[in-house]
Amino acid sequence: MAVVRVLEKIGLRVEYPEGQTCCGQPAFNGGAFDDARAMARHTLDVLCGDAPVERLYNLAPIVVPSGSCADMIVHHYPELFAADPVYGPRAEAVARRTYEFSQFLVDVLGVSDLGAQFPGKVAYHPSCHLLRGLGVSEGPRRLLAAITGADLVEPADPAECCGFGGLFAVKMSDISGTMLKRKLDSLEQSGAQTVAGCDVSCLLHLAGGLHRRGSKIETRHLAELLAGQA
Amino acid sequence: MTLHLPNVTFHDRVEHALADTQLHVALERATGRFTTLRADALASLPEAEAVRDRARQIRAHTLSKLDVYLTQFAAAVEAAGGQVHWAADGEAANRIVLGLARAGGVKKAVKGKSMVSEETGLNHALQTAGIEVIESDLGERIIQLAGEMPSHIIVPAVHKTKEQIGELLHEKLGVPLTRVPEEMTAAARASLRGEFLAADMGISGVNFGVAETGTLALVENEGNGRLTTTAPRIHVALMGIERLVPTLDDLGVMLQVLARSATGQKLTVYTNLITGPRRADEPDGPDELHVVLVDNGRSRVLGGELAEILYCIRCGACLNACPVYQQIGGHAYGSVYPGPVGAVLTPALGGIGPWNDLPHASTLCGACREVCPVRIDIPRMLLALRDEGHQAGQSPLWLKIGLPIYRVTATHPRLFNIAVRFSAFATRLIARAGWMARLPPPLSGWTAHRDFPAFARESFSRQFRKRRS
Repeated sequence: MAVVRVLEKIGLRVEYPEGQTCCGQPAFNGGAFDDARAMARHTLDVLCGDAPVERLYNLAPIVVPSGSCADMIVHHYPELFAADPVYGPRAEAVARRTYEFSQFLVDVLGVSDLGAQFPGKVAYHPSCHLLRGLGVSEGPRRLLAAITGADLVEPADPAECCGFGGLFAVKMSDISGTMLKRKLDSLEQSGAQTVAGCDVSCLLHLAGGLHRRGSKIETRHLAELLAGQA
Repeated sequence: MTLHLPNVTFHDRVEHALADTQLHVALERATGRFTTLRADALASLPEAEAVRDRARQIRAHTLSKLDVYLTQFAAAVEAAGGQVHWAADGEAANRIVLGLARAGGVKKAVKGKSMVSEETGLNHALQTAGIEVIESDLGERIIQLAGEMPSHIIVPAVHKTKEQIGELLHEKLGVPLTRVPEEMTAAARASLRGEFLAADMGISGVNFGVAETGTLALVENEGNGRLTTTAPRIHVALMGIERLVPTLDDLGVMLQVLARSATGQKLTVYTNLITGPRRADEPDGPDELHVVLVDNGRSRVLGGELAEILYCIRCGACLNACPVYQQIGGHAYGSVYPGPVGAVLTPALGGIGPWNDLPHASTLCGACREVCPVRIDIPRMLLALRDEGHQAGQSPLWLKIGLPIYRVTATHPRLFNIAVRFSAFATRLIARAGWMARLPPPLSGWTAHRDFPAFARESFSRQFRKRRS
């Protein structure tokens, strides 16, 4: 809901196309391309409605509040339907107008200060698919730096993966667990009170690890911080 | 194909690796250092990104015309006085080397670093036939003395701490116990000198073969490679068929990125360019030069969607950068090619059957793609291999059952909403203060190291609808 509040705050009208489910990324990352394609077709149907292909490029931008889901739509949908005469063009058109939340604010709208307030030391976690998939790095940091009261701290090796990796956290639980430990140690050493990010799955993973070790560090989506007002 | 350790599952190897505290010390020291050195070395290269692009182009171009360049290379090697041998697989390669050894009356061979020889199991083949093989690369020598296999492409003994190596040299070579790397190097050097002089055959790998001149380029830091390829009377070089560049200029481009990506050096201490055996007017060098071109599955990979993995120049940067490799080291992969590149190359060469776990041993974080000097899209190929394994029926039972349910649910919004509401209800029921510390398998994998939050009482779509009305 914070994403909606932020977008409305800057004067945009937000639509939520009913019928959305899951973009299919977990199946795709698990190597089940056929299942992923079925879910991607569903998502494309919902996002395209019955608009003809030539009009699809003119529809409203699509804002995704999670980096890896955005990366799935932007990069992997066109790959999955490269040889599909019906869904190929739709995937291309949707990929062209899809943005991750912070990317949309900074790169498309040119917004970097939302007049938000949030107290305390904040560390930014640059999620892998957001950073190395979509190339988003500076935008979220700029948005955070503009928040009144927020003191940005940089943990060691910030760009290192937290160890989530979708089913990896379940299938290769012990490797994932040691990676998570490294990440949480570096967050705690940084003195951060809040860790902010733009990918809900990494945040879920970090939150689960922090809760397990009884840490006081809280996880927040960037939008939750930006929606905060005095 | 002798790529793996038999009889131990991937999960057992991982468990073993994660419990090994010495391994962690060794990996932390080495991978951290190499990652920093690499970044600094690339920063010092003007137009580094353009050089990487050019290096990638050279690899792509060479592989697109590999048949042409192989023919040209073979002709150039022979024109320079060398002999070329073609090996369809690892066994054939070993047979060729063994045949050369027998024909030359070889009793002892010294060997420089060669990943292809690890791939074919050459040492074992020669030793079984009664020929002594001495590894001359210090890292390879260490693991040979320890009876292990390499755990890294360029730093084979990276899994050992200097303390462990000191003990090993003390025990196997009878040198005084030390923790000083310089003293260990001196001891190894002293024991190796005699071997170079006594050996009848020197076996080496090849970093690049230059098609236009038939030149073999070998990079190294110890000088052992130069001695291995010049002191014995027979030099046998093993190389994968993909390891070519068209021209010496192209070689220059590749060398600019190879050492920087591997060890963070601008160039290695020794860059050997070998064209043919000793000529009549030259004082030293081998009497015979043999180049064994090894296919071993490569030509099959060349035509498929994993062909890009053959661009690899074996710098090892992806291993150092990989957060999974940093935790489990090379032995856990079970293959002579570990890490991200190994997780693609091993099933590409050896089939997905025995290697289905490797493509899953990654979070797809993309650190490997970011550091690869020739920008190989390793995550893309890990995904393709996962799909191949899944289609071959290798997914665990819970996934085989779960995926169709997930698919039906995610393509029927009503069902999806019911599932979300049910999950919210169920998780709130069993959660304590909003968190679950234990879940049944397969989700127990998650709760082994982290808690899971209960779902929100109200889904986003309901909240959004309420806000609008």
